[in-house]
Amino acid sequence: MQGIDYVLEAISLYHISIALAGVIAGTVIGALPGLTATMAIAVLVPITFSMKPASALILMGAVYTGAIYGGAYSAILLKTPGTPSAIATTFDGYPMAKRGDGDLAVTLACTSSVFGGLVGALFLLLLAPPLAQIALAFGPVEYFWLAIFGLSLISALSEGHMLKGLIGGCFGMLLTTIGVAEVSADIRYTFGSHTLIGGIEPVSALIGLYCVPVMIDLVATPARHLQVSTGGRGFRLREALSLNWRHKFSLLRSSVIGTIVGILPGAGGSIAGLVAYSEARRSSRRNEYFGTGEPEGVMASESANNATVGGGFIPTLVLGIPGTPPDAVILGALLVQGIRTGPKLFVGDESSIVYIFIAGLFVATLLMLPTGLLIGRYAYRFIISVPKAVLVPTVAFMTIIGTYAIRNNMSDVVIMIVLGAIGWVLDRYGFKPSPIVLGLILSRIAEQGFVQGWIIGTARGNAAAEFFNRPISLGIIIFIGVSMFYPLIARRWRLNKDLQNDSET
Amino acid sequence: MKTFGKIVLTAAAVAVAATFGLTTAAAAEFPEKAINYIIAFKPGGESDVTARFQQPFFKKKFGKDLVISYKDGGGGAVAWAQLNTIAGDGYTIMGTNLPHMVIQPLQKDVGYTTDGIVNVYMFHYTPDAIVVTDKSPYKTLKDLIDFAKKNPGKVTFSGSAKGSSNHLAQVTFDRLAGIKTAYVAFAGTAPSSTALLGEQVVASWGYTTVPPAYPGTRMLAVAMEKRHPNFPNVPTFKELGFDMVSGAYRGIAVPKTTPEDIRKKLAKMIDDINHEPAFIKQMEDNGFAMLNAPYGPELDKFMAKAKKDITTSAKEAGMIK
Repeated sequence: MQGIDYVLEAISLYHISIALAGVIAGTVIGALPGLTATMAIAVLVPITFSMKPASALILMGAVYTGAIYGGAYSAILLKTPGTPSAIATTFDGYPMAKRGDGDLAVTLACTSSVFGGLVGALFLLLLAPPLAQIALAFGPVEYFWLAIFGLSLISALSEGHMLKGLIGGCFGMLLTTIGVAEVSADIRYTFGSHTLIGGIEPVSALIGLYCVPVMIDLVATPARHLQVSTGGRGFRLREALSLNWRHKFSLLRSSVIGTIVGILPGAGGSIAGLVAYSEARRSSRRNEYFGTGEPEGVMASESANNATVGGGFIPTLVLGIPGTPPDAVILGALLVQGIRTGPKLFVGDESSIVYIFIAGLFVATLLMLPTGLLIGRYAYRFIISVPKAVLVPTVAFMTIIGTYAIRNNMSDVVIMIVLGAIGWVLDRYGFKPSPIVLGLILSRIAEQGFVQGWIIGTARGNAAAEFFNRPISLGIIIFIGVSMFYPLIARRWRLNKDLQNDSET
Repeated sequence: MKTFGKIVLTAAAVAVAATFGLTTAAAAEFPEKAINYIIAFKPGGESDVTARFQQPFFKKKFGKDLVISYKDGGGGAVAWAQLNTIAGDGYTIMGTNLPHMVIQPLQKDVGYTTDGIVNVYMFHYTPDAIVVTDKSPYKTLKDLIDFAKKNPGKVTFSGSAKGSSNHLAQVTFDRLAGIKTAYVAFAGTAPSSTALLGEQVVASWGYTTVPPAYPGTRMLAVAMEKRHPNFPNVPTFKELGFDMVSGAYRGIAVPKTTPEDIRKKLAKMIDDINHEPAFIKQMEDNGFAMLNAPYGPELDKFMAKAKKDITTSAKEAGMIK
């Protein structure tokens, strides 16, 4: 009967209002490139001091989940992920918007995010203590291979332009080496410049590489930013739900991937979205349409990144190990409140906090449906109806504010603009931004995992065995092989089929 | 003549206003408004957490908010390089960290120097400690040293970054104990402790803050003068015959243009919080160790010693030439 008490507590007027406020604030913040979930929660921390721990958690959880969803708006409408978690959403979301299906993409992102969020929260409720062990099973070597798996997506993203994709990926990886290395503390490739000591912040690079070229093209061409569909088609909710239903297995798989990647402390929402996207694409019968506006791609990325919210709370609450960067801030806020995380939190006297919070997370996720649809509709209308002369300066202004806000640093703004200009030029020569961004985001994880795995392996007497002899590593290596060579195999199949068809006629 | 009169009048008015302004400024108690507290690292880390501990006490004692913001990058260097470009009116303060602030300027030109930073207080430290899991076969420090002596190079320690207090402690301890171990650097205490809990490494060079935050871990020894009040059963390295006291020290600095009296006032305020029993309890329960080095000769003495010790171990660790 205690369960009902927790639910009743979570749906008290007070908790529903803070969850609603949190989701709305989170969605708006997430939609603005540069303003991340981590920042939003950090700003909230002092407010939570005066709250009860469970209420504080509900508020922070609501902002968090809203922000992860909000990142989809700018990804779909401006080709600029509002948060890194929405990188994979740009792949198909923006092409959808381009051809006039932006409203559908936004609605689909909402329904998929809600679904993913619910799956993540369900895992948190039912299986948190055993699942937390996944966080521990992943060692440096596993992170190394996971990052390589993410990088293997370059092959799928640059079908037909493999060499350019790889060059782009390498460029991104080189960019990450600039600045004070997080682990070795070496100061690399700063060329004596103080601006470069802080390195290239991935989020500012993301804004530069994705958003600046879009802005330049907007100004340089007379065409409308997005195709406008004729007539009011409402939210297109029915259409979105039927797409969700048609791809229910893909949706569920993406949500599970998102939950598991969320549990891994070294990974996070961006990798969750990328891995889920890669898997959805591989297993889809329509895989050749991915990247050209395939709704399933948006679904995979958005369900996975919202599932990381619930997933990330699993190691945070069970082990005290933050699953994602926003979890680290939430953990800090709990410490100030005097709450110790750990397995005991789920069974001891304080377990009511956890269960009220989980119930609150469900409520917040469900609230995302109406609020998300409404805010999404508004954002879509704004982007399509505002004249370019207003849109471009507004977005440009927001990207500068957003980039500055990441680390309160002007250097990041300069780097963002320079990278944006470079990205625009490269794009003209066929080097797409996504491989560069993948290199930027993933090489940090790959580098650390490699160096750590190498030192540990050498100490154990065999570095090679460390990389190739661990069961989880082997599993990931197999996936890498499949993901890397699948485009080649798929093309061979298609060719064969065409040949057969030809010979039949 | 008319104009001259005007000038005289204006000048008089300005003078009066200035005097009046000055007197009110002096009479009004500092701080008159919220103080910005910049953390040179990401939110959620120990620098942030300890600032968050200070935050409510500051508000309660001085009636004004302590507004925390983050300027991370370059292992803290980005923020510290900008500190002296900020207006020195006392309303901007910044968290500082040792050994970072000693090692970075010795590595390369990072835009600031150790002596160029005006610290007003060093308020706590997280002592280095050897941490193992509850299940670890090593019950005492001696067990671990015995194993390491029989298996040179086989013992792996996870730790938070290179050139950090953890790393310097590993190098110093290897020398003192006559062993050779491998140091595996992670991007912070959280991933380093996760690797320990996941048994990716044999042990961890962590801090006394690790066991309270990560259930399932325990310490073999702590690098303090006396035992930590929260862990009376864990011996110090000194007791066991290894002369080492070290850790990550945290303080608060101001832009160098900050007037002398404001520096002293800020130091006094931090000192007040540092002597608040509820604050001390919160810090110690979470494994932090208190330190009271206020602006003036005490801080100078502390910094001089820290600088000398850190430089010596950083050279030994190969971080600087």
